[in-house]
Amino acid sequence: MNQFQYLRPTKPKAAIDALARDTNAQFIAGGTNLLDLMKRGVMAPQKLVDINKLPLDKIEKQNDSLRIGALALNSTVAEDKLVLERHPLLAQALNAGASAQLRNMATVGGNMLQRTRCHYFYDTALPCNKREPGSGCGALEGFNRMHAIFGFSDKCIAVHPSDMSVALVALDAAVLVSGPKGDRRIAFADFHRLPGDTPQKDTNLEQGELITAVEVPDSPFTKNVHYLKVRERASYAFALVSVAAALSLDGQTIKDARLAMGGVAHKPWRLSEAEKSLIGKPATEATFRQAADIAMRGAKAFKYNEYKLKLAPNAIVQALKNAASVA
Amino acid sequence: MKEQLLQDGKAVGDRLSRVDGRLKVTGAAKYSAEYELPGLVHGVLVGSTVAKGRITSIDTKAAERAPGVLAVITHLNSPKVPGFAAKSNPDEPPTIGQPLRVFYDEKIYFNDQPIALVVADTLERARYAARLVKTQYAAEQHRTNFEANKSRAFLPTQAKRNPKSAQNDYTRGQADGYQNAPVKLEAEYVHESEMHNPMELQSIIAHWEAPDRLTVYDKVQAVKGTQRAFAKDWGLPEDHVKVIATFVGGAFGNGLHNWPHETAAIIGAKVTNRPVKVVLTREQMFTMVGYRPKTWQRIQMGATKDGKLVGISHESVGQTSTYEEFTESTVQQTRMMYAAPNVSTRYRILGLDISTPIWMRGPGEATGAFALESAIDEMAHLIGMDPLEFRLRNHTDTDPEKNKPWSTKYLKECFQAGADRIGWNKRQLKPGALREGDWLVGYGMGVGTFGANRGSAKARAALLADGSVVLQSATTDIGPGTGTAMVQIASDALGLPTDKIRFELGNSLFPQAPSQGGSSTVNTVGSAVNDACLALKKKLQELGGTSFANVQPEQLTLTGGQLGLKANGGPRMSFADLRKANNGQDIEVTIESKPDGSTRQNYSMYSFSVHFAEVKVHTMTGEVRVTKMVSCADAGTIVNQKTAGSQMIGGAIGGIGMALTEGAVMDDRFGRYVTKDLADYHVPVHADAPPVEVFFVNKPDTLVDPLGTKGIGEIAIIGVAPAITNAIFNATGKRIRELPITPDKVLLA
Ligand SMILES: Cc1cc2nc3c(=O)[nH]c(=O)nc-3n(C[C@H](O)[C@H](O)[C@H](O)COP(=O)(O)OP(=O)(O)OC[C@H]3O[C@@H](n4cnc5c(N)ncnc54)[C@H](O)[C@@H]3O)c2cc1C
Repeated sequence: MNQFQYLRPTKPKAAIDALARDTNAQFIAGGTNLLDLMKRGVMAPQKLVDINKLPLDKIEKQNDSLRIGALALNSTVAEDKLVLERHPLLAQALNAGASAQLRNMATVGGNMLQRTRCHYFYDTALPCNKREPGSGCGALEGFNRMHAIFGFSDKCIAVHPSDMSVALVALDAAVLVSGPKGDRRIAFADFHRLPGDTPQKDTNLEQGELITAVEVPDSPFTKNVHYLKVRERASYAFALVSVAAALSLDGQTIKDARLAMGGVAHKPWRLSEAEKSLIGKPATEATFRQAADIAMRGAKAFKYNEYKLKLAPNAIVQALKNAASVA
Repeated sequence: MKEQLLQDGKAVGDRLSRVDGRLKVTGAAKYSAEYELPGLVHGVLVGSTVAKGRITSIDTKAAERAPGVLAVITHLNSPKVPGFAAKSNPDEPPTIGQPLRVFYDEKIYFNDQPIALVVADTLERARYAARLVKTQYAAEQHRTNFEANKSRAFLPTQAKRNPKSAQNDYTRGQADGYQNAPVKLEAEYVHESEMHNPMELQSIIAHWEAPDRLTVYDKVQAVKGTQRAFAKDWGLPEDHVKVIATFVGGAFGNGLHNWPHETAAIIGAKVTNRPVKVVLTREQMFTMVGYRPKTWQRIQMGATKDGKLVGISHESVGQTSTYEEFTESTVQQTRMMYAAPNVSTRYRILGLDISTPIWMRGPGEATGAFALESAIDEMAHLIGMDPLEFRLRNHTDTDPEKNKPWSTKYLKECFQAGADRIGWNKRQLKPGALREGDWLVGYGMGVGTFGANRGSAKARAALLADGSVVLQSATTDIGPGTGTAMVQIASDALGLPTDKIRFELGNSLFPQAPSQGGSSTVNTVGSAVNDACLALKKKLQELGGTSFANVQPEQLTLTGGQLGLKANGGPRMSFADLRKANNGQDIEVTIESKPDGSTRQNYSMYSFSVHFAEVKVHTMTGEVRVTKMVSCADAGTIVNQKTAGSQMIGGAIGGIGMALTEGAVMDDRFGRYVTKDLADYHVPVHADAPPVEVFFVNKPDTLVDPLGTKGIGEIAIIGVAPAITNAIFNATGKRIRELPITPDKVLLA
């Protein structure tokens, strides 16, 4: 870990200013990701701006949405009455992540911005374009069991590890940010990026921009939802593949659907075509299988993640079955 | 209550809670890294980033200039460790060869080999400065890929030197006689290296109390062995080296060898003339201490259609480093478990550019049992027989390897108890026949065995002025509850309540005891404690004078602060008077206990276990959940049902890790592990641990030792992994022979 300066502003503006003037500064919220990365020497900010004193932890009902402050804890959000009532999919996704101890520290903003768990990113002795642009992608021909099957580039095949984000992208959430140039609103689907030639950039957040909240619009997806996470042990492991599935049913007919996957791409992977294919159809395994086939179009595997081509569609079917309570 | 039990002579067998439990849960127990010595400073190790080659330059200037740094030690400036100079070639298993000589020269033998120690006034500053050390290498082509190099495997030197070594090839009956059987199978089994990840990280504080007097607070399983090793390294008389390991936060075998970080800390303390603490990081646990080595095995087996084994051939290749030959008893169980007339075993090791492995709980036997017990299950399936019935048909009442009677063997009782408890009758002969919703359900079993070893040990027993008895022996407690068991043994031997007895361990000043390993501590040290207590009682009897002269020692009690008789009435003498008779001194004895060699010659002594597992396998995702386990042990007398039960549960969960989640991944292009923290290297979590029911036969084997114990630690895990993999086969019809069985393997099988 390097030496660093530490600031703890109480006003968002002060926090933004502190970062705007210093490209080598970082916000720190729960610290559950950033501190690990600093200890491994993967990140070495000269200045940490602790945002925990900012008044950004409220969960509030708005006209047609729920606004969740960026500093709301993962555990608080997962247990919040409004969240459970209106967006149970989000609560399920949060509870599938990390461990109870981590969720008690982790914040909504920090969760979205957690960095990939790619082994090559974490080990400074190995090549990684995300950590050190130009050094090469260690995973491309290396141990890539956890890696992407969609949207990767030859520079980077890492996946985004957040569970929460998979639910948020499915629920059409928006990210509210404040920055040196003022406030803006980013659709969740546009928040994370594909690696392309600049895998060092995980998101479209600009230098110095502070996430203040996410807004989750009201929706009919309050009942038939399921977050399925497939992992190597029963708890406390990152997803091999995860699926956020939400259905709005009229009897046995699907009126509307939402579907997204985690563990398959550099960003939470929304499956819009598959969603469309579900609408108007009966909630049966056959319908779900056909949606899964559509979802998998364009998927491509590497040496060690071939299994995802089988696991991902199965997980989609299973998540939809669970959402619809189809035995 | 306790007095009551005592009168029945039953402290042994009681469910006494751990005598040090309170210290542990309140944080009062001091582990190696927790001693606060004046002037203590912190050392952080820098690891190499190539797997083989030479250091061509190592720039430490920036690190030396960093705030708080006291020293940066490398091969260029390290004081010479006297014991390193002689090209020693210790003949001691398990690692014939040359243990890594830290900071000795520019040679690199494995990736993340310690190449520098940065010592600073705080841990954070040492850690920061460690990042500033810049090293250049002349890298050489490394060999880390097991499969690609398997043909280079060789017979261990130990076997070459000693024709009697168990590592030699073995044949009973006809070589590869399995071939003549009507039903044959051949299968290969592999498991990846399993890394030692006990809760407590490997740690040491090294303190030169004088230029020729060294004290270490060290996380080890052998305080005496460590004392000898460091005395030899530094050319000191043994009694100038003191080793303290009062508490050990789990070790499972990794404290049975001394590792580079220990010597690095001792060197650091020498250079800075301060006590130096070195605690490995979790990532360093993957390279700087040993691990269960990746092993390939092949079983060839033949049987008759009615379920009689004709022959088994078992071949095994385990990996080791290029500088030490680590060996273990991978093929042992195959030689003695079943009544097969023709058995051939071959054990080989493969030197790779990696760090040296070490025993991990149930060492080679757990590895071997995975192959053997899987193959037994495969054969039972081939001939369409229940695998429990198949095992019974090949049960043997004498040791077919040594042609000797077993000292005791109650494996059949274990089979019965386990089958009843798991509900074996629910198991279907045909795989894939049981289903619950989206999950397939299956049942499997696996047998384990481990030698009931006993060595020699000394113990000291002293009656103190307050009427309590203190016992000392230089053993350690890596978790099983050694002190608790010893107090129970002493309580029965002395006729004194357990709360009046203290057992001290983990200090090289105490009387000689071997390492805590090989499931032998109760057999070995327990016997010494028992003998020391009996000798103490004898001494008290003598001090008691004529009124006690004709009493049988078993009739004596020490309750109520006096020497007396079990029967009412009779002579009494207070401890105060006994001390007076001893010139006012503590009354003490030190005794050495040794096994009776001729008895050991005449019998074959083993503990046995059988594990039953119920698993569920998800049809869509390939996830496996162990939903129930039953572990049964024939381990002789059970000194403490509670702590022994905990050992069995721990072993079962360790076995779940072996079967389903644990396995280090090496990227051979770099010769470097890529999964090396607890987020990537998966040990089972609570949610993976099912209810584990434990059954003990609890029948004494007094041929092993006077207490009748046989040992539990290893058999708790040996046979667990195949119980689970066999259950997966029963659930799905998929036979997966590579551990760990992660969902991807299930899906693609
Ligand atoms: C062992 C382990 C297992 C885990 N398993 C899972 C899992 O299964 N699923 C899962 O989803 N997650 C998992 N996590 C990750 C965990 O969810 C994240 O570490 C956590 O959500 C990060 O939140 P934080 O508040 O601690 O972020 P921090 O570590 O404080 O920050 C992370 C990043 O976000 C930036 N940041 C934080 N807040 C803001 C803000 N308001 N505006 C702008 N930038 C901000 C910081 O500058 C930093 O770069 C695991 C973590 C660990 C250590």
